[in-house]
Amino acid sequence: MDIHEYQAKEILASFGVDIPPGALAYSPEQAAYRARELGGDRWVVKAQVHAGGRGKAGGVKVCDSDAEIQTTCEALFGRKLVTHQTGPEGKGIYRVYVEGAVPIAREIYLGFVLDRTSQRVMIVASAEGGMEIEEISADKPDSIVRATVEPAVGLQDFQCRQIAFKLGIEPAMTAAMVRTLQGCYRAFREHDATMVEINPLVVTGDNRILALDAKMTFDDNALFRHPQISELRDKSQEDPRESRAADRGLSYVGLDGNIGCIVNGAGLAMATMDTIKLAGGEPANFLDIGGGATPERVAKAFRLVMSDGNVQAVLVNIFAGINRCDWVAEGVVQALKEVQIDVPVVVRLAGTNVEEGQKILAKSGLPIIRATTLMEAAERAVGAWQNDLTQNSRMRAVQ
Amino acid sequence: MSIFIDRDTPVIVQGITGKMARFHTADMIAYGTNVVGGVVPGKGGQEVEGVPVFDTVEDAVTSTGAEASLVFVPPPFAADSIMEAADAGIKYCVCITDGIPAQDMIRVKRYMYRYPKERRMVLTGPNCAGTISPGKALLGIMPGHIYLPGHVGIIGRSGTLGYEAAAQLKEHGIGISTSVGIGGDPINGSSFKDILERFQADDETHVICMIGEIGGPQEAEAAEYIRDHVTKPVIAYVAGLTAPKGRTMGHAGAIISAFGESASEKVEILTAAGVTVAPNPAVIGDTIAKVMQKEAA
Repeated sequence: MDIHEYQAKEILASFGVDIPPGALAYSPEQAAYRARELGGDRWVVKAQVHAGGRGKAGGVKVCDSDAEIQTTCEALFGRKLVTHQTGPEGKGIYRVYVEGAVPIAREIYLGFVLDRTSQRVMIVASAEGGMEIEEISADKPDSIVRATVEPAVGLQDFQCRQIAFKLGIEPAMTAAMVRTLQGCYRAFREHDATMVEINPLVVTGDNRILALDAKMTFDDNALFRHPQISELRDKSQEDPRESRAADRGLSYVGLDGNIGCIVNGAGLAMATMDTIKLAGGEPANFLDIGGGATPERVAKAFRLVMSDGNVQAVLVNIFAGINRCDWVAEGVVQALKEVQIDVPVVVRLAGTNVEEGQKILAKSGLPIIRATTLMEAAERAVGAWQNDLTQNSRMRAVQ
Repeated sequence: MSIFIDRDTPVIVQGITGKMARFHTADMIAYGTNVVGGVVPGKGGQEVEGVPVFDTVEDAVTSTGAEASLVFVPPPFAADSIMEAADAGIKYCVCITDGIPAQDMIRVKRYMYRYPKERRMVLTGPNCAGTISPGKALLGIMPGHIYLPGHVGIIGRSGTLGYEAAAQLKEHGIGISTSVGIGGDPINGSSFKDILERFQADDETHVICMIGEIGGPQEAEAAEYIRDHVTKPVIAYVAGLTAPKGRTMGHAGAIISAFGESASEKVEILTAAGVTVAPNPAVIGDTIAKVMQKEAA
């Protein structure tokens, strides 16, 4: 789960990481008011969206007056910000963060990630702050400093000092850097984050170390023990179909094609998408209905897939281990009776209780197209959609 | 014997009183697995599917001599259960549970390393379908009837995609020595490389099939190991050619976040290491059959 910059900063500040003075606003008027409250004569107005690359996309503006803040915010609020991370549809701006401008002496990149090679928390830092980490690793790979955290004892001060010296932080500021690194690590560890990124972390003209930007991502699997983090979820930043799916305990990712997929297991779901493509179609979604799928869950999956207006055929592919084909078949039958589905439905069942499942489908009297292999299922789904198209155009021609 | 489990390996089920655990315990017993007990704190003394329930893994090991464990415990408590198994002297543990926090798994792995190698537990999973040595024992949730006994070793992240491969092999009349699910989580007990080592050393395995997916460095790490150390033919399939970058595809670990983590890059890396890559999931069986014919000729 992602949170906004201002929320990440609040969390990091509570662990001793210094941040510039700032305040949140929900309207242009409030933003101007917040700036006056903060004082000073130069502010940075930052669109709060769950994506990086805001600066280049025009979501971060420096302002020198109330009036400028007002006009800048009027242009931002309600707009969709399109960055290299949002996709073409962009993310809506409903909150802005107003921050006092800071005199910057140098910029540092700082990230904490779950490193899958060492299977530990890893710190990634570079003296080339302000650039995206992808750019840094491509252009200045030698500038990257790494350290992994031994889980039994946590991050040690000597490791923080090593990083500080390698980054060329002045000795007088080593202690502040150690405090920053330890604060980030504790925030990461205690809130079950999967990523903390401060880009840039700045050394100011007056020798302070401040987090100028902040991004935190949390482990969805650990949210059960962090209700205060769960509350920070902002549905305005999510694809509405994916939010609905998550609320129903289904794992869904919307795509651009027209063959809807309902599959059990993430790997098989991806493989099904790949096979649809091979058969000449394009998948409309990734959907894993998971283990122990009940008829209710399958029905929910149908409603979700059909809520995408582009779907012109549905492919159900269930290989039952922890699931049972008879349950799934009942779910399909129940869903097709409840949900208005006017596109062809192809069902492929295999595994536990497959015969019972096939019998339930056959007895239902519903126009279900059955398939036994993965390739056959994909071909029939793509074929059914193409047939449907021709039939429809023929019908129109007759009319 | 097969890698990890055999006909007579004594097995316990942690969390045996849950609904799904009961269902699969019955299934494993019917398959012929030597299930000797279960563990649920506070339910010691009860009986489930004809086997005794113990309060602790230590009790279960002392009373039954259990050597392998299947963890079916809900996500908030699963890490604790795996560590309990490691401490009680279990040699091989499979964790089925999906949804364990990543930092819990980091602690589990660190904890397992407190034991010297000769008594360190091997963990596969979490978030996997388990391990099966067809005709001998099933330690997991897979439908046993789709696996023929034979000489292909399967390693996969995804449970159901592993079933798909096994079913395709059955169509060809090709059997499996052992199929191991390593799970779809970013922090897992064993990697592809760990299991490749086992299959390379296993006399019953002649050919290895590796089923990967997008995300993480473990397929690339496996490719390097195959190139340098594996003499048996390896066939692979990588799921997610149509997956978009930066999105989590169901499995917590299935996200393309760095160079080398997309399906096409992994296919390239594996091919360069001498692995035969099945171009699509519908021909995993055909590809293995062809490689085996060529080997036989």
